[in-house]
Amino acid sequence: MIDDTRPIFLQIAEMVENDIVDGVLAEEAQVPSTNEFAAFHRINPATAAKGVNRLVDDGILYKKRGIGMFVATGARAVLVARRREDFYEQFVRPLASEARKLGIDHGQLAAMLARESDAGLENTSHESAGLEGAGTGWKAGAL
Amino acid sequence: MSTPVVQVQDLCRNYRDVLALDHVSLSLEQDKIYGLLGRNVAGKTTLMSIMTAQGFASSGSVRVFGEAPYENEKVLSRICFIRESQKYPDDFKPMHAFRAAAIFYKNWDNELALRLAKDFQLPMKRRIKKLSRGQLSAVGVIIGLASRAELTFFDEPYLGLDAVARQLFYDRLLADYAEFPRTIVLSSHLIDEVANLLEHIIIIDQGRIIVDDDAENIRGQAVNVAGTATRVDAFTAGRTILHREQLGALQSVTLDGALSAAERREAHELGLEIGPVSLQQFVIRKTLDVGLSPDDLEQDAQGSDSKTRTGVAR
Repeated sequence: MIDDTRPIFLQIAEMVENDIVDGVLAEEAQVPSTNEFAAFHRINPATAAKGVNRLVDDGILYKKRGIGMFVATGARAVLVARRREDFYEQFVRPLASEARKLGIDHGQLAAMLARESDAGLENTSHESAGLEGAGTGWKAGAL
Repeated sequence: MSTPVVQVQDLCRNYRDVLALDHVSLSLEQDKIYGLLGRNVAGKTTLMSIMTAQGFASSGSVRVFGEAPYENEKVLSRICFIRESQKYPDDFKPMHAFRAAAIFYKNWDNELALRLAKDFQLPMKRRIKKLSRGQLSAVGVIIGLASRAELTFFDEPYLGLDAVARQLFYDRLLADYAEFPRTIVLSSHLIDEVANLLEHIIIIDQGRIIVDDDAENIRGQAVNVAGTATRVDAFTAGRTILHREQLGALQSVTLDGALSAAERREAHELGLEIGPVSLQQFVIRKTLDVGLSPDDLEQDAQGSDSKTRTGVAR
């Protein structure tokens, strides 16, 4: 859902990115038109176009003249790589800060992460072939 | 960039000793949806009346499609102005109003008008005089959409429309605009409802334009910071404060200007909560003036935000 925290075009771009990362939008799949985005989210079509064009500029989507917009091959890998870079700032830092506030020490935090990631990997390992190494990567490195 | 559809320069309008428009300059670009926002008697309707040649300026200039609009048939046939209190001849029924519009507007889409009339459940053969307030508004909304005028003004078009009918209006407006892009100016007090439809925002206050910016620039322009009063004070020192509310040792402050990522982190580490400010809140903060007398405040019929007026501003 669209909220008031950030510009809408960024939120539209992120929604499409999420769908690509989650595999809802496969590579080379057609993306809805800007007017379809606008009608669905009840937003200005120019704003929707700005969000989509941002992804075109980034090479995540590409345009086929007169036909529509499509997910570029390799888009998912690019997005996953970018999100891994943001992962520390966006998730690890606030997590560590909250843990400090609550007096959760390093060992306890690591144990919690291990428990969660084991459970998560059981559920997702079969579908996220592109992510292998992600679990071990951040467990060892980021903390 | 093409030439603007409307160019207003240094426009003033006096009503006896009251300055309704105070040196207003703005331009409206082709195929954008504008929000013209502000409190009652801020000057919105006066400004729209002058841009559509239905009112006169005291001084300044207005060009519409590059020409002076007054008694200029070539310009006026491309403009549609839906007033909140539109008057129709006494014996007119909606079908008559639509027929008159069909003669005047060269892009008139009668099929769209009939479809909308059905959507809004408008009795076509009842005299307009006998229609409810909502049905009267529906007549205006339908004419505004079906005229497909290159420049369309909606001045508080929603009075009496229930939530379902308003949503219908917004959805049809977006759909038709997507298919037939045109310049639309929407004046509304129900800001949260229309915020996401707007590409550009003009806020007018006491006859002056105080904000004229892309909606996306305004989004995130103001933030709410809440937490322990002393920490909030320390964090917000030296910044422009739009609004402050205090509850015991807690304080909530609305800041003008976005926060950087570093500032957000700092706020977070201080244990402060950062929250978004909706366009409606932003307009309230920008146009709330403690200098007004209580009588002036009473006049504002859209009372949904009345409780925030008791707060301290600036």
